[in-house]
Amino acid sequence: MNTNNHYPQDESFRASLNTRYRTANIWQAIFMSALLVALISLMALIYTVIDGAFGYVAFEYKKDPATFTSTPLEKLSKEELLTILKSKLSSGAYKKLDGEQPMQARSQADLYSLFLERLVQLDTKQIWSMTDSILHGAEIKAETAKKYPKAKVEFRSWVSPQFLSSPMSSKAEFAGVRTAILGSLWLVGIALLFALPIGTGAAVYLQEYAPKNWFTNIIQMNINNLAGVPSIVYGMLGLAIFVRVLEPLTSGSIFGVTDSNGRTVFSAGLTMGVLVLPLIIINAQEAIKAVPDSLRQAAYGVGATKWQTVWYHVLPNSIAGILTGSILALSRALGETAPLIIVGASTFISVDPSGPFSKFTALPIQIYQWTTRAQPEFHAIAAGAILILMVLLLTLNATAILLRNRFQRKY
Amino acid sequence: MQNNQTPEYAIETKDLSIHYGSFVAVSNVNIKVERLKITAIIGPSGCGKSTLLRAFNRMNDFVPSSHVTGEILLHGQNLYGKNVDPVQVRRKIGMVFQKPNPFPKSIYENISWGAKINGFKGNMDDLVEQSLRSAALWDEVKDKLKKSAYELSGGQQQRLCIARTIAIQPDIILMDEPASALDPISTLRIEELMQELKKNYTIIIVTHNMQQAARVSDYTAMMMIDDKRSGGVIEFDDTKKIFTRPKDKRTEDYVTGRFG
Ligand SMILES: Nc1ncnc2c1ncn2[C@@H]1O[C@H](COP(=O)(O)OP(=O)(O)O)[C@@H](O)[C@H]1O
Ligand SMILES: [Mg+2]
Repeated sequence: MNTNNHYPQDESFRASLNTRYRTANIWQAIFMSALLVALISLMALIYTVIDGAFGYVAFEYKKDPATFTSTPLEKLSKEELLTILKSKLSSGAYKKLDGEQPMQARSQADLYSLFLERLVQLDTKQIWSMTDSILHGAEIKAETAKKYPKAKVEFRSWVSPQFLSSPMSSKAEFAGVRTAILGSLWLVGIALLFALPIGTGAAVYLQEYAPKNWFTNIIQMNINNLAGVPSIVYGMLGLAIFVRVLEPLTSGSIFGVTDSNGRTVFSAGLTMGVLVLPLIIINAQEAIKAVPDSLRQAAYGVGATKWQTVWYHVLPNSIAGILTGSILALSRALGETAPLIIVGASTFISVDPSGPFSKFTALPIQIYQWTTRAQPEFHAIAAGAILILMVLLLTLNATAILLRNRFQRKY
Repeated sequence: MQNNQTPEYAIETKDLSIHYGSFVAVSNVNIKVERLKITAIIGPSGCGKSTLLRAFNRMNDFVPSSHVTGEILLHGQNLYGKNVDPVQVRRKIGMVFQKPNPFPKSIYENISWGAKINGFKGNMDDLVEQSLRSAALWDEVKDKLKKSAYELSGGQQQRLCIARTIAIQPDIILMDEPASALDPISTLRIEELMQELKKNYTIIIVTHNMQQAARVSDYTAMMMIDDKRSGGVIEFDDTKKIFTRPKDKRTEDYVTGRFG
């Protein structure tokens, strides 16, 4: 045997190999448990939300529906409901409702809600979580019969078409997220209109034009850091700049809008735009970097100018990546709450935003609001609103992934 | 860049040195490239062949640290002169790269794009056909002009890149190891094509393949690095002479395969 061989042989090699495998196995187990913990947390999150959004409710009618109509409740037509509401509501209340949205134009479901809310006066006595409802259904019914002899028990999904299409209401049973969804969409739309062109332009300049020197390095570093600045700071900025300094613009007063201050969906949208701007710039830079240099050289090689190279080759080949990145950035904006509170989202508003200079609320604000209420019904609709927010986020992310796969190029 | 005299040489360098920052990658090159001939640049890796070639159409401008001293004369005018626009230079001196790099567009658009951005006013279909014919590619692609250029084989893509260059009607075509990524048959086709193109274009080709240089070129520039790692042209002559009776011992060692 070679006397210079310092490696373990045969038996001792096998022993050392076993030790190595043991270490490997331990580490594999550690990594797997990390994944498990992550999965469990995620599932716990989803479970909590779903658990709150469905379940039994016990409710009473303060006034017997039979005093208003002889038709069974589930058979009430729109016309019948209109007649009942018109005759039984005070004329002042009817006029007010008609002013918010013409009664004739409302849907049957909408009118039915009004009927329950204003006339029959539905009164929720108690609600239960989904798990309780499934596991202890019989006990719940027995208990209700004892505690509230007049009450009915029904399994209710707090997320419903009704919930999606109703505006805010002071009674959880009739409240919906329409105003908040529209507010969120306005926000995201304004943020995108503001941040996408500016972000893309900045990224193109940084990648294709700017010289690489200490100055551009500092700018790049700042952009990277800005992406990590807490969102509340952007809220302060939005309040100072968009709400206060630029009030004539953001309130719309220079366009002749007189009934608003700077706390408009426009201000908030711009704030969100600034918030996602660094993310959009960074993502766009990555997308532009992914365009291979050989393509630029090909363009220059046939006598293209820099602008022609960027416009006809770099941008078309990175636009999918830029959009994907922007959509992902926007999904951050969709979930942000703190900056909206600071720039003054309304906490109770039942009028849909009708333009950039409207007052507004947004889904996260609405959720936050509802979770702070004492009545458990509000927690249930908060859970419902969270589900809707999550579906919106998932839709955005799925769109981003589809875009990426659809336009992925091989060079 | 007016064309009022018919110069003997397509391109001429005078004390040309190319720097990357403080590093002199290519130093003191004085060569005269003859019109309508194929000139090969050979030499070991890293001796500055690509750097020199890219200087001829100012592609090195894109390396921020690079700068050039000395002169490259085209029709008696310095390409690096004050009033010379690099875009105009590249319009007159086309380039084919080492790795085929067609645009991720259709075959047709690969040819037409360069023409379009340079303000071509003639019949585009004719130009596309003529360019593809000149690049010996027409018969293979005439039925799929609207298909993506990426559906072509590597060799076809490289000939498409040549066609794309021909389409802008340059005076000179630069080729940087155009066949190094291709199989032997595709390589042969490119070499045959070069013999065709020589009738109308001056070609400068970088190659690390001795046989290829010997087969295709009329003149050969032999490059080598000196003790400061700067590349230089150590011998420039008829290809026949370079391969049979080189004056420099290093050239002889290199072309006979006794080098590195
Ligand atoms: N973009 C660049 N920046 C800095 N140095 C470079 C660059 N390109 C090439 N070089 C250097 O210049 C020398 C010549 O390179 P190159 O022209 O690519 O040689 P060849 O094509 O003969 O292999 C090498 O030392 C290389 O490291
Ligand atoms: Mg090279």
